[in-house]
Amino acid sequence: MSAGGTAADRAKATPPLRPPVSDVELVGLTPKTPAQKFTRWLSRSSVQIVLVIVALFWLMPTIGLLITSLRPAEAFARTGWWQAITEPSQLTLENYTSLLGDSDLIDAVLSTFYIAIPSTLLPVFMAALAGYALAWIPFKGRDTLFLILVGLLVVPLQMALIPAFSVFRTFGLSGLPALWLFHTAFGLPLAIFLMRNYFAGLPGSLIEAARIDGASEWKIFLKVILPLGFPALASLTIFQFTWTWNDLLVALVFSTKQQPITLFLRDRLGEFSTGIGVISPGVFLSAIVPLIIFFAFQRYFEAGLLGGSVK
Amino acid sequence: MAGIRLEGVGKVYPDGRRAVAEVDLDIKDGEFLVLVGPSGCGKSTVLRMIAGLEEITEGKLIIDGQVMNDVAPKDRDVAMVFQNYALYPHMSVFENMAFGLKLRKMPKDEIQRRVDAAADLLEIEDYLDRKPRALSGGQRQRVAMGRAIVREPKAFLMDEPLSNLDAKLRVVMRTELTLLHERLGTTTVYVTHDQVEAMTLGQRVAVLKPLTGRRRETLQQVAPPAELFNEPANLFVAGFIGSPAMNLVTAVVEGSGTDVDVVFGGIRLRVDPRALQRAPGLSEFAGKEVIAGIRPGDFEHSRIARDNGARSTMEVEIEVVEVLGSESYVHFPVPVPPVITPDIEDLLADTGEDKETLLDEQSMFTARISPDVSVEPPERVTLVVDTARMHFFDPSTGDRIR
Repeated sequence: MSAGGTAADRAKATPPLRPPVSDVELVGLTPKTPAQKFTRWLSRSSVQIVLVIVALFWLMPTIGLLITSLRPAEAFARTGWWQAITEPSQLTLENYTSLLGDSDLIDAVLSTFYIAIPSTLLPVFMAALAGYALAWIPFKGRDTLFLILVGLLVVPLQMALIPAFSVFRTFGLSGLPALWLFHTAFGLPLAIFLMRNYFAGLPGSLIEAARIDGASEWKIFLKVILPLGFPALASLTIFQFTWTWNDLLVALVFSTKQQPITLFLRDRLGEFSTGIGVISPGVFLSAIVPLIIFFAFQRYFEAGLLGGSVK
Repeated sequence: MAGIRLEGVGKVYPDGRRAVAEVDLDIKDGEFLVLVGPSGCGKSTVLRMIAGLEEITEGKLIIDGQVMNDVAPKDRDVAMVFQNYALYPHMSVFENMAFGLKLRKMPKDEIQRRVDAAADLLEIEDYLDRKPRALSGGQRQRVAMGRAIVREPKAFLMDEPLSNLDAKLRVVMRTELTLLHERLGTTTVYVTHDQVEAMTLGQRVAVLKPLTGRRRETLQQVAPPAELFNEPANLFVAGFIGSPAMNLVTAVVEGSGTDVDVVFGGIRLRVDPRALQRAPGLSEFAGKEVIAGIRPGDFEHSRIARDNGARSTMEVEIEVVEVLGSESYVHFPVPVPPVITPDIEDLLADTGEDKETLLDEQSMFTARISPDVSVEPPERVTLVVDTARMHFFDPSTGDRIR
């Protein structure tokens, strides 16, 4: 037997007491021959290759839009964006500079913040309170109330838009407050559903421990529930912010003076031209804010926030 | 510190299910009382009712002379240690222990003093800055204890606090708990399903039973550990306390006066006068059946023990021997059907056994004998029974014959 004998050789030479499981595993972990190396590389990479293809496929429209936004508007009318791959010289920041020079855009971005921030904070905070109560404070009809709230998820926004508008008008509500209320109302069912279910998953003994420690329900909510609810609060914030930031329909109905970025961009859609020189960079600028929110909150998705708490 | 009194306390859930019935308990100031029983006996419910986490639907709870039925948990001035520790995961050890004090608006230096003292007592000073996730199971257990100690409450309520620890650590913590109680002297109510924990920790032990069978009350017996072991109030307590469990057999009482024999399966045992003194009621059962109980420890091999009187031996054929080093358990059949009463069925339910498996022509007895005599199955040996320590129960009620 040579020194470089295979695992099978060694197994034959000394009959193993146990099945040579470790040897089999060793072969799989440290490939000896180039053929083995290639097989292993293939089996590992094939998954990655498929993933990259899927990702590229999904990103294609976005990449197309990005490149379009970097090409002159006239080029868009003549050739496809992929031309830029062979002729990178046509790429320019011209669209962006002209867009950023538009003072209306700055106004629109600010307005969008005015709309989106309260429309996010209000429902998230209210949902956290409601979620805690629905999960941990026993009261009559609690489960029924929760079911009704979940049932509200099926109400389509479009159906309520005009009735809500006339109700708001009766009370003299319009502009920003109307938008906040509408977004809050339509954000709440999903928000409460998410928060209640997340809070219900927290260990009950934690809340009982706080009750015995002398905490009021309000203190329990602030000091125990909210800090532990961060992953759910973060994802909810991202959802709601993205939704209100990108909203066109509700803003179209309720907004008066304040024009969000979606309306601004829509107005730049020319009647006889595509307005692509404004739309494509505008969409990209608009998408930056939700992305920042996403990455800012992403770190709260850490697993094991409850680590060490119970058992 | 304060005493806790339960008067006819019961718990019926809104759906009509009853968990606890008629618990009368008088826990003295500074006492360490253990609630023990199989799962579903309502021991945790009783504890949670004392804590205020569970509504009391019947009876009265009195802490330190005040009726507490409708007082919120935070105003009862009790501290609880949970089975799963329930530490606040986002707070450091210090913050975990200080939380209850901060909520009570205690001055900072007093908080610091109390936390330091408790940390010192529990030997967790080095971990005060750590988060619970960075602690081992035993350390988390200590922090949970510390959180209760710093409050200096009227009573500690402990819900199976050691059951999540591994066996060795559990033994260590058991001793520490006893020492802790000696030092602090705080009234403690401790819930466990482990009878060894109950017997070693409790100054008094309350045995609880699920509400099945004939017995309609939760509480079976409250007594110091030795009394529980030596004079169990009924078959349930007799079978629950003691490991290996007491051997039970249906036997006929013969004779009268001081010459009383119990006869079962061809075995005749003369009851020692001391046992008769403790159970004068036995005379009423002359010629009738009783349930006789012999603890495994009340047997000994005849080669070691002297036959201390007439007819106190039984000759048996050993089937299994378990050598534990300090003692040996020998198992042998006795040719009488096993005793099955509602109490016994409850005990079987707890260990997950089916009574069908017991429907046999013979019952298995266990005897604990000295490891110095070597026995080999299937050897026939003569065992001496300490009949002074025999137990007798009324077969119709399951109660101890007194």
